[in-house]
Amino acid sequence: MKRFIAFVKKEVFHITRDFRTMLILFGMPVAQILLFGFAITNEIRDANIAILDHSKDHISEKLTNKFLSSGYFKLDSYLQSAEEIETEFKKGKIKLVIVFGKQFGENLNRFQSSELQIIADATDPNTANTLINYTQSIVRDFVASLNPGPPTGIMIIPEVRFRYNQNLKGVFLFVPGLITIILMLVTAMMTSISLTREKELGTMEVLLASPMKPIQIIVAKVIPYIFLAFFISIIVLLLGYFVFGVPIKGNLLLLLFELLLFVLTTLSLGILISTIAKTQLVALMISVMGLLLPTIILSGFIFPIENMPKILQWISNIIPAKWFIIIVKNIMLKGSGIDMVWKETLIILGFAMLFIMMSLKKFNIRIG
Amino acid sequence: MTSDAVISSENLTKKFGSFTAVDHITFEVKKGEIFGFLGANGAGKTTAMKMFCGLLRPTSGKGFVAGLDIYKESEKIKKRIGYMSQRFSLYEDLTVNENIQFYAGIYGLDRKTIRKKQHELSDKLQLTAYQNKLISSLPLGWKQKLAFSVAIVHEPDIVFLDEPTGGVDPVTRRQFWDLIYEAADAGVTVFVTTHYMDEAEYCDRISMMVDGRIEAIGSTDHLKAKYKVNSMNDVFLILARNVEI
Repeated sequence: MKRFIAFVKKEVFHITRDFRTMLILFGMPVAQILLFGFAITNEIRDANIAILDHSKDHISEKLTNKFLSSGYFKLDSYLQSAEEIETEFKKGKIKLVIVFGKQFGENLNRFQSSELQIIADATDPNTANTLINYTQSIVRDFVASLNPGPPTGIMIIPEVRFRYNQNLKGVFLFVPGLITIILMLVTAMMTSISLTREKELGTMEVLLASPMKPIQIIVAKVIPYIFLAFFISIIVLLLGYFVFGVPIKGNLLLLLFELLLFVLTTLSLGILISTIAKTQLVALMISVMGLLLPTIILSGFIFPIENMPKILQWISNIIPAKWFIIIVKNIMLKGSGIDMVWKETLIILGFAMLFIMMSLKKFNIRIG
Repeated sequence: MTSDAVISSENLTKKFGSFTAVDHITFEVKKGEIFGFLGANGAGKTTAMKMFCGLLRPTSGKGFVAGLDIYKESEKIKKRIGYMSQRFSLYEDLTVNENIQFYAGIYGLDRKTIRKKQHELSDKLQLTAYQNKLISSLPLGWKQKLAFSVAIVHEPDIVFLDEPTGGVDPVTRRQFWDLIYEAADAGVTVFVTTHYMDEAEYCDRISMMVDGRIEAIGSTDHLKAKYKVNSMNDVFLILARNVEI
C-alpha cells in the first residue's frame, strides 16, 4: 500500500507540474461550455435584411413594421430596384431580402391574394432556413390578424409543446455531450500519453523490474486521472446548472455511478492505446483520430444519429459515448431512474469489461 | 552452481519467433563481483539481462538470481535486485528528492529510511544545493550518477546496469565507475552491459557475447593472454568480427 501511495503521489506531481496541460484541462471545458451556452445557439437575432417595396402602401408598411419589430430582423436598407438585390447580397452584409409585389395592399383587398417574395442568402443553409421560417410565421400571424373572427372552413391548429427543454436551448444538449468528450480527453488521451511516456523515457522497464506488479502500476497511474475526470465533470455540471439552468432532474448518485462506469471504459481504451503506441505522439494521434473524432461525429453530440445514413447508424452503436450521452441526457433532463437506462448501462458495462480484459491481456503480453 | 554464485544460468535461451536472441548461455557471477557483459549491439546482452530481471520469460534453460528461480520466483527476485536502464530512468519533471522518494517508495522503504537515504545521497553526490531542483536542470553526468544511486537505494544484492554510460565524457564515466566500485566494496554484485571496451578493463571478470552465445569468459588479463593481444578492443575484434590481429 505504501508503494502504491508513493506511486500515486508521483503521478500527481506529473500532472500538477505540467501547468500548460492543467490550463487546457480546466480552461477548455469552461471555455467550451460558455461558448456553447452563449455564443452557439440555433436562434438568430437581429439578422440584417433589405426591403424592396414596389407598392409602398399602408399594408406593406404595416407588414414591414411587423418584421422589424419581431426582434429577428434589423433593417439594413430600402432597395430601389431589383438590380440592387444582387449587389447587396454580394456585399455580404444582408442575409435576406423581402420583396413586396406591385399593389400589394390593393391586391390583398380586392383578390384576397398578394405577392411577397423572400430571398435568402443560402451560403449558410441552416441560417437561411431558420430565417425563412421566421418570416413565414410572421406572415402567417399577419394574415390571421387581417381576418378576425372564427376561421372559415376546416382547420387543424396543432398546439406544439417542447418537453424537457422548453426553450430549445442548445446548451441542454451540449452539457451531456461536453462531459462525455472531456471524460474521453482526460481519461483515454491523458492516460495513454502518460503511459507511453514511461515507455518512451525507459522508466517503464525500471518500474516493471521493481516489485510493483503490472496491474498495480496501471491502477496507480490511472487513479489521479479518475479524480481529475470527476472533478472536471462536476465543474461542467455546476456551470451548466448555475449559469444556464441545465437541470439535474434524476438521481445525482446514479449519474455519478454512470460517470464512473464510462470512465472505466475510456480508461481501458487509453491503456489499450498505450500498448499499441510506441511514442507519445503516436498515442496522441490515435486518441484524437481514432477515438475523439469518431466520438464527436458519431455519438450524437453534434449531429443527430437519426439523420445519418443507415451504415453510420450501425457504426454509431459501437461508440460507447453514444450510449453514455443517452444515459446522461435521460438522467439529467428527464429525471430517468435506472429502470429507464438499464439497457444502455448494461451496454457500457459490456464495453468496459471487454476493454479492461483486452488492455490487461495486451499489457501482459508486452512484458512477457 | 557453486555456493557463492549470485547469478547463474544453464543453457538459458530466448527465442523471438524463429530468431534466437540468446543461445544456450551458461555462466556464473560470484558475490561482490563486477561482472562485465560485453558484446556488439544486437548480440543479445540486453535480452539476457532482461531475463534475469524478470522482464522477459526465457524460452528454455535454467537461471537463478540470488538463489531464486527466474521462472517461478521472479517476484521475490525483483525485491533483491536493482535495475538501471540505458536511459537513466529518472523523472525530469520531479525534483532530486522526489525521485529518491519515489524509487525508495516503490521498493517499500519506510519514511525514516527514505529521509536518511536522501541525506546520504545528496552528501555523497554533492547534490545538497540541488535537492529541490528538477532533474531536467541537472547535467547528464549527475543524472547518471543519481540514477545509479537511486537504483541501489533499497540496498539490493545485485544491481543490473544496462549500458549505463552511454553519451558521457570519459571523465564523468570514470567518476561513475568510482560509484560502482564503492557499491561493490559494500558487497553489491554488479552486472553491467557495455560496448565500451575500455570499460571492460574496470571489471573483475567479463563475458563476450556474439550472436546470442557467450564466446569467451574470464578476467581481462586472462582473455588478453589467451588471444595474445594487448587490449580488450582486439579481443573484441577477434571474437565479434573474426578479424586476424
